[in-house]
Amino acid sequence: MKPSTKLAIALGAGAAFALGAVATASAAPKRGGMLNIVVGSKIPSYDGHRETTFGMIHPIRPFYSLLIRVNPDNPQSTSDFTCDLCESFTKSSDGKTYTFKIRENVKFHDGTPLTSQDIKATMHKLIFPPKGIASSRKAFYGMVESVEATGKYEVTFKLKYATGGFIPALATPFNFVYSKKDLDTHGYKWHMKNINGTGAFTFVQHQPGAFVEGKRYANYHLKGEDGKNKPYLDGYKAISAPKMAIRLQAIRGDRAQIEFRAFPPKARDDLKKALGDKITVQESDWNCVMGFSSNQKLKKFQDVRTRQALSMGLDRWGGSKYLSKIAIVKTVGGTVFPNHKLAAKKEELMQLRGYSTDLAASQAEAKKLLAAAGMSGASVELLNRAVDQPYKVVGTWMLGQWKKLGLKTTQIVLPTGPWYAKFRKKKDQETMIDFNCQGVVNPLIDASKWLSNDIASNNYANYQDRQLDKWYDQMNRTGDEAEAYSIMRKYEKRILHEKAHYAVSFWWYKINPYRSYVKGWNIAPSHYLNQSLDQVWLDK
Amino acid sequence: MAATDVTSVSEIDELRSQKNIFQKFAELFRKQPLGAVGFAVVIAMIIMAIFANIISPYDPELNDFAAMLVAPGADYWLGTDQFGRDILSRLVYGARTALFVGFAASFVGASCGLVLGVMSAYFGGTFDLIFQRVMDVFMSFPLIIMALAIVSIFGPSTQNVIIAITIPFIPRCARVVRSNALAIREIPYVDAARALGFGHARIILRHMAPNVMAPFLIMLTSFVGQAILTEASLSYLGLGVQEPTPAWGLMLQGGAEEYIESEPWIAIFPGVAISMAVFGFNLFGDSVRDVLDPRLRTQ
Repeated sequence: MKPSTKLAIALGAGAAFALGAVATASAAPKRGGMLNIVVGSKIPSYDGHRETTFGMIHPIRPFYSLLIRVNPDNPQSTSDFTCDLCESFTKSSDGKTYTFKIRENVKFHDGTPLTSQDIKATMHKLIFPPKGIASSRKAFYGMVESVEATGKYEVTFKLKYATGGFIPALATPFNFVYSKKDLDTHGYKWHMKNINGTGAFTFVQHQPGAFVEGKRYANYHLKGEDGKNKPYLDGYKAISAPKMAIRLQAIRGDRAQIEFRAFPPKARDDLKKALGDKITVQESDWNCVMGFSSNQKLKKFQDVRTRQALSMGLDRWGGSKYLSKIAIVKTVGGTVFPNHKLAAKKEELMQLRGYSTDLAASQAEAKKLLAAAGMSGASVELLNRAVDQPYKVVGTWMLGQWKKLGLKTTQIVLPTGPWYAKFRKKKDQETMIDFNCQGVVNPLIDASKWLSNDIASNNYANYQDRQLDKWYDQMNRTGDEAEAYSIMRKYEKRILHEKAHYAVSFWWYKINPYRSYVKGWNIAPSHYLNQSLDQVWLDK
Repeated sequence: MAATDVTSVSEIDELRSQKNIFQKFAELFRKQPLGAVGFAVVIAMIIMAIFANIISPYDPELNDFAAMLVAPGADYWLGTDQFGRDILSRLVYGARTALFVGFAASFVGASCGLVLGVMSAYFGGTFDLIFQRVMDVFMSFPLIIMALAIVSIFGPSTQNVIIAITIPFIPRCARVVRSNALAIREIPYVDAARALGFGHARIILRHMAPNVMAPFLIMLTSFVGQAILTEASLSYLGLGVQEPTPAWGLMLQGGAEEYIESEPWIAIFPGVAISMAVFGFNLFGDSVRDVLDPRLRTQ
């Protein structure tokens, strides 16, 4: 297989789509300039293997490279991956062995040359972390049996079974490649507070709570369109601005050029109205699903009828129409990223409880179910995150929907830290706004959220369902696309309809308005993707 | 006979000088016009709070997306927010939240302060010394900082907001009451009560506390405005009352920031309501102080 060839991954071959995405690299790139990014969250640590937030990846990703990555020129594709630190790779005929040829003459920012040992050490930290070392996406790599350096510039992955989920998992943007020397010398926690990568930019400074600054790495391994080394920018500053109004005004006043997460539709419209052609907007479906889960540790939610009723009370189709005007959500969907080959079609969705377009009938049925479960007029408490978009907006909508079922609704809104602590440690929430945000679109892996809670650490509904676990395993092991689709439908129906373990409300919708002179950046279906900045340039 | 005549004349004069409630209010308005305005605002708020379900034209929590972001007009006098909720209805119900938090926090805080302040003065000595230093610690934190810290510990909810506002009020009231109670303690009737063998609790609650009611009432009225403002601040910061409960500070959060330019009514009316309420309670409190403070009364 040639480098940067579109990888024919059986189940990852979803249809490429670009909703409103615009071509941004038609002119010859210019060199120079500083890019100011606004970031609406904080940096918990610099360690990509440990962290899960855009607050880390937006400012820190440009310092690092990956083994392979989503093609930055075509990030809307769910199957287009290109080599980053590899030159090429091959797959064995049984699909269980992948061999990567590593680029030569790549150096870490401290001058250490990159070899296959660095890749191996990094992958071992990610896939087989020692006890006490956090690797947030370790579960993605259940198929990996071993990672070996089979030459100075060659790495071989052996899999337990062939699966289309492997390459997308490997392209996860959090998989920063670290130097073996750093890991051996300083230990596995050193990267939480220190940076040494092979990325397009080198670390200059971090003023906590204010900004992170990077400058151009002259020895970066990728070439630009002009034949010289990338990146095009002289540097960048990632400015911390938790308040949306501040971020918006920063772009409006040209003190920052872009925010990579998303703005709500109203902000987009205001910017466009004020600045016209000086603002470009890219939009995309987003690999983040929002819904709610009911805590099945509590007796109140152990009756499936209660959970089904709460799901049926939601007017998804109507809600989508209106909420998409005020929030960063839009598409009604199931458990699979909309438009992916494994995603349910609308007719299939409409067979599930809560997806009917006959709202009155749904709500009447929901009231009957509540009555049968002894929950008529009961109180329901929703745990939510103190983040407006889209958490609080969707939460407020959801409470309004449940009120129509005659329920007494209250909401607890907590800042991110205590919010996580409540459902991860205390586990005493009733219902909660629940989400599944992933980077690379990889439904086979993304669906792991709904496995039993002794397998999926992000199962906040606290149930065990061995049938789901069995289907998930079958789905990942089959090489047959049609069979995977069929199993996925059963898996989805059990989660959303039969057991109502989880209720999907909407998939998020990404809206990125930014200064039109920023070129070379293409919107991806995730706010984690395409943040290396090596291809970005300023047309000034 | 003459004595009887004098008594009769005096009674007649007294009867003549008696005024009905309206005349008394008219006199109060004349003497304290700003206080009267404040009083009117307070009364209006109380009426809004009590009769919210009658006054409100719509359900304040009802999402009506067909009416989202409607400008003030005939159907929605103060417009609607991004969820299509009637702003007037939310303001009216918000008065209930504001007054509930305001009165609860003020009354509990001032009452605890009253008892503790009198106790401190009554016992004096080491107890007074230690107690006042503890009060100093509490008072060294600004009200909002203290409230923020407490809500952060207990978590955001209406009752926790009341607790968070109540706690900083206690030392403030206790300090003022203590200074008055120190003077009361020296009056012979306290010694007399002690000599009669009354217990400490009886002396403090029945003999001393009633005599420091003037500063207590002044503090109480001034606390209500502060409590409403603090509740609004906490709700604005997302640490107070939570959606969908109507609360003025909450109405200024989120959507109001986002829509301030194009739909300014979402932010303006809750802002005006908070300002009016605090202004009203402060004016009323100042007038109560003017009436009850003997030094100001003689001027």
